[in-house]
Amino acid sequence: MDDNNKKFYYYLLFIPALIVIYFNLEWIANGIVYSLFNLDPQAPFTAAIYFFIYEVPKVLILLIIIVFFIGIIRSFFSPEKTRKKLEGKPLFLGNVLASMLGIVTPFCSCSAVPLFIGFVEAGIPLGVTFSFLIAAPMINEIAVILLFGLFGWKTALIYVSTGLIIAITAGFVIGKLKLERFVADWVYEIKSSGTELPEEKMKFPDRLSYGFAAVKDIVSKVWLYVVIGIAVGAGVHGYVPENFMASIMGKSVWWSVPVSVLIGIPLYSNAAGIIPIVQALLEKGASLGTALAFMMAVIGLSLPEAIILKKVLKLPLLFIFFGVVGVGIIIVGYIFNFIY
Amino acid sequence: MVTIRVLGACCSRCEELEKMCFNVLAENNIDADIQKISDMKIIAGYGVMSTPGLVINDKVYCSGKLPTKSTLIHWIMKNNI
Repeated sequence: MDDNNKKFYYYLLFIPALIVIYFNLEWIANGIVYSLFNLDPQAPFTAAIYFFIYEVPKVLILLIIIVFFIGIIRSFFSPEKTRKKLEGKPLFLGNVLASMLGIVTPFCSCSAVPLFIGFVEAGIPLGVTFSFLIAAPMINEIAVILLFGLFGWKTALIYVSTGLIIAITAGFVIGKLKLERFVADWVYEIKSSGTELPEEKMKFPDRLSYGFAAVKDIVSKVWLYVVIGIAVGAGVHGYVPENFMASIMGKSVWWSVPVSVLIGIPLYSNAAGIIPIVQALLEKGASLGTALAFMMAVIGLSLPEAIILKKVLKLPLLFIFFGVVGVGIIIVGYIFNFIY
Repeated sequence: MVTIRVLGACCSRCEELEKMCFNVLAENNIDADIQKISDMKIIAGYGVMSTPGLVINDKVYCSGKLPTKSTLIHWIMKNNI
């Protein structure tokens, strides 16, 4: 262990400070908007500004705290350990396990290719590998906790369970279709040197440092998306008329779900940036199923990821992958619109 | 001479690892053959599943995270015979 890591105990003191600020944000935002700048409470501009000033620190604080604790949880997992757990598991059980491990295993989409190869090489079935690759970006842990913080536990639970169902069934279907021939040939030719890293014994301060490293890494990457997302959300909040979205993204509009998914694919954002937009859309009358489908398409189906995966998947498999996940998201959207 | 391979494609952490290696080499006056590798075939060939990965004298030392500087110095020194 690094003695250096002991200093992270002191950093822990920031967390209660952030929590205190978090619970006083309404007071702070009121002070800035109405007392300091004396803005007209009726104007749309004020509503937009208030939304922005209140939401930016709120989401950023939530994000910092969430990323920190998830970083600590993730320090217990690694792609290598996940692969070991998945080896030799039968199709359906493998899909379930892979989807769940997809949520907690630390993984960035630029590692998708070596991870894919590592799984194939270990003899993990294609369908199980896909369950992992679908669950990992789609059930985004940051999205889960932000949904929990902004909309309550029911929405968060719904998001996780539907995401799991899509990952499990899509992987299972892909497994049943026997698509191994559409994996790029060179993938099967790779024989890795098979060096196994000795398992490190991490002590608690090491895990703390892992958590802080995650905060630094992720927050520095996503804060701009968050601010832009909230700015768009603020615009919608202030200027879009009440119920305007109901005519486009409402549940009575049958085509709203597939169109939202199609629009969501080329848009690329991360969970933290998309949630403020979803929040604003819902407020203006979009239905939950449509908004959720839009969000899942933006997070789970992204062009950059497709381009990365193109290296190991031939086109038909890439299309099937996108198709199966896209259809899954659309079905979930309709189910939600039907229930709520 | 030590051979160092930094495995990584697109993320900022891979660049950071490369920078850390350069710093350690310069600060300790070590002569090394250092390369950054972004070819997925080679990365997968080392059995590394998440980047950044670090290979010193053909042995994988870490994958999926940044080592601390003191650990990195230790690894490089150990291989610099």
